[in-house]
Amino acid sequence: MSGLTLNNISMRFDLPNGSHVQALQDVSLHLAKGELLSVLGPSGCGKTTLLNIVAGFLAPTAGEITLNGHAVRGPDAERGMVFQEGALFEWMNVRDNVSFGPRMAGRRKADYLPEVDRLLEIVGLKDFRDKAIYELSGGMQQRVALARCLANDPDVILMDEPLGALDALTREKMQALVLKLWKETGKTVMLITHSVEEALLLGERLIVMAPRPGRIHKEYRLPFAELGAGMDLREVKKHPDFGTTREDILSMIWNMEEEIMGHMEPAS
Amino acid sequence: MTGIAILLVYVLAFVLAAAAAGLLRRGRARRADFSSLKTVTFGDESAIRPDRLASIASVVVIFLLWGAFTGSKLVPLHVSGPFAGETSFTYQSEGTGGQLSDGRVRITVGPDGTLPAGAETSDDVAVAVQSGRNKLIQLPGDARVVSVNGTEIAPGGAVPVEDGTVSMTSKGTLSFAAERGLQMEPIWLPSPEAVVGRFIEIMANGYQNYSLWEHIGASLLRVLAGFTLGALVGIPLGYAMGLSGWFRGWFDPIVEFMRPVPPLALIPLVIIWFGIWETGKVVLLFLAALWVMAIAARAGVSGVRISKIHAAYSLGASKWQILRHVIVPNSLPEIFTGARVAMGVCWGTVVAAELVAAQMGAGMMIIAAAKFQLTDIVMMGIILIGLIGFGIDLLMRQAETRLVPWKGRS
Ligand SMILES: Nc1ncnc2c1ncn2[C@@H]1O[C@H](COP(=O)(O)OP(=O)(O)OP(=O)(O)O)[C@@H](O)[C@H]1O
Ligand SMILES: [Mg+2]
Repeated sequence: MSGLTLNNISMRFDLPNGSHVQALQDVSLHLAKGELLSVLGPSGCGKTTLLNIVAGFLAPTAGEITLNGHAVRGPDAERGMVFQEGALFEWMNVRDNVSFGPRMAGRRKADYLPEVDRLLEIVGLKDFRDKAIYELSGGMQQRVALARCLANDPDVILMDEPLGALDALTREKMQALVLKLWKETGKTVMLITHSVEEALLLGERLIVMAPRPGRIHKEYRLPFAELGAGMDLREVKKHPDFGTTREDILSMIWNMEEEIMGHMEPAS
Repeated sequence: MTGIAILLVYVLAFVLAAAAAGLLRRGRARRADFSSLKTVTFGDESAIRPDRLASIASVVVIFLLWGAFTGSKLVPLHVSGPFAGETSFTYQSEGTGGQLSDGRVRITVGPDGTLPAGAETSDDVAVAVQSGRNKLIQLPGDARVVSVNGTEIAPGGAVPVEDGTVSMTSKGTLSFAAERGLQMEPIWLPSPEAVVGRFIEIMANGYQNYSLWEHIGASLLRVLAGFTLGALVGIPLGYAMGLSGWFRGWFDPIVEFMRPVPPLALIPLVIIWFGIWETGKVVLLFLAALWVMAIAARAGVSGVRISKIHAAYSLGASKWQILRHVIVPNSLPEIFTGARVAMGVCWGTVVAAELVAAQMGAGMMIIAAAKFQLTDIVMMGIILIGLIGFGIDLLMRQAETRLVPWKGRS
């Protein structure tokens, strides 16, 4: 079967004091090739844990993940990852960062350099390719991270709040870029975000997770990513459904957070 | 007392120099770079730049003080030196019959303690005293002195006179000591020009069978050999400890135990095991560098952000590639810091080891000179050792900024 399949994933962390945290409980999901899924949920509901399991950095305590029919056992070049920040290699310049994957795979320079330069052009960093990483702004660094991931041509791209550290304006531009890259490359994408708006704009599908134990609470299919590929994202936000869905999800997450706070009260 | 006076003078120099620099700079436009435009500097360590004028003044003040207390010709002001020249005092003595008679002693104080020609022509007693020494004074007859310059004196007593002190021994003999002043004798503290003179002399003629460069080169070679070996073993060991639980568990007790043992404490054991010659020194320096480098490399590994490692894995890198392209470069800043510390420790240790036993070396040079009380060579050696240690650190810092330009900027 093609695509990414999560089969009853559960994750339990045993804490040193003897208690344990059920970070995920029976999470099942299927992502077809080329789908973009955004994941929302209150803090601590297990989003990062889920993504780390898909990336292969964590082994779930129960359940199985398959990609294109084979089981996921550890990290691999077929599943690329874009982190929030600080995952670039400061000791390499922009171009060496982007070409890291192909270089490690032992490909010849002539093979990968044109593609690397093309990606740098797409993310608007053609003139910065010889610059050091610490000379770039936060938004530029995230564009390098995107290009680095794409240069390796993964089947699935996993993003954990990739735009979380950026300011609102840069963030909007980057959202358009992510959307454009997704449309152009047809990659399967799983995107974690804290911004409901971002989740709506970018996600073809959207899941809202609930905490304690972490599970999928509700799933949406959304038209906005399709719209956004053809028009200005600001226009998309004016769509009547956009506002209502946003309010819907916001109050859902708000209620969950309330519940958590309520949970905490008796303990303190 | 003198110590407190020197401290006060030093503090005064500090304050006066600061005031003078302030006056000098008043009205001059401030540089408009980023940090001099900061209004909050107190508490913002990054805004504090060393004032180079202060550094220069500091070095100058040290030389002025040094010169002032050693009578250096390079320095205009001096503290009072030992008395030299002619002086005299009067005394009254009691003869065997109880009759009192007056007399005068004329004293010549000079570096060689000889009387000038024609000094003994008058009735007075003439005495020559070598500067900084005491001299017993033979008075004519069996006169028993009862007072000096009109002040009564008894055996064991002393009377201050012009340019010195007259004291009486328990047997009743007078003795004169010229005023020493505040200046140091060369045997305690030689003047700057004496040290420079020694430097030039030793540079030309060498010392204790070897030229100056052979002495210093010997020390440097030992440090280089010990440090290189220590780094060659310590860095991989540190990486292994950062990457494998078995290595960490195995070497943790050893490293944690050896870390607080000062290398100097190992000198006796190393001498017993490896002897006092080159092997022993290199082994000692190897041990001094080993733990520092191992700990630095281990810290370098644990300092890697896990997201970098994860990113590299997701980009398809193998373990070996991650070590080579992520862990090693990421740990370079820590390694450099460790190397600077290790170099400092090695340099200090080699000098100490040479003090114990060596045929040549910077430490050997100063301990050999100390045995003959050649304080100027000792001073010269200390200054050279300090300058070289500083130079090594400077070189390492330069290599660091060149090789690890991203340090502290991620
Ligand atoms: N290594 C770990 N050991 C123990 N508990 C952990 C560990 N990692 C995560 N957890 C717990 O698992 C739960 C889910 O954590 P996770 O980081 O996945 O949340 P998240 O949804 O990404 O939160 P946020 O939105 O704040 O990033 C939390 O309760 C957390 O305390
Ligand atoms: Mg998270």
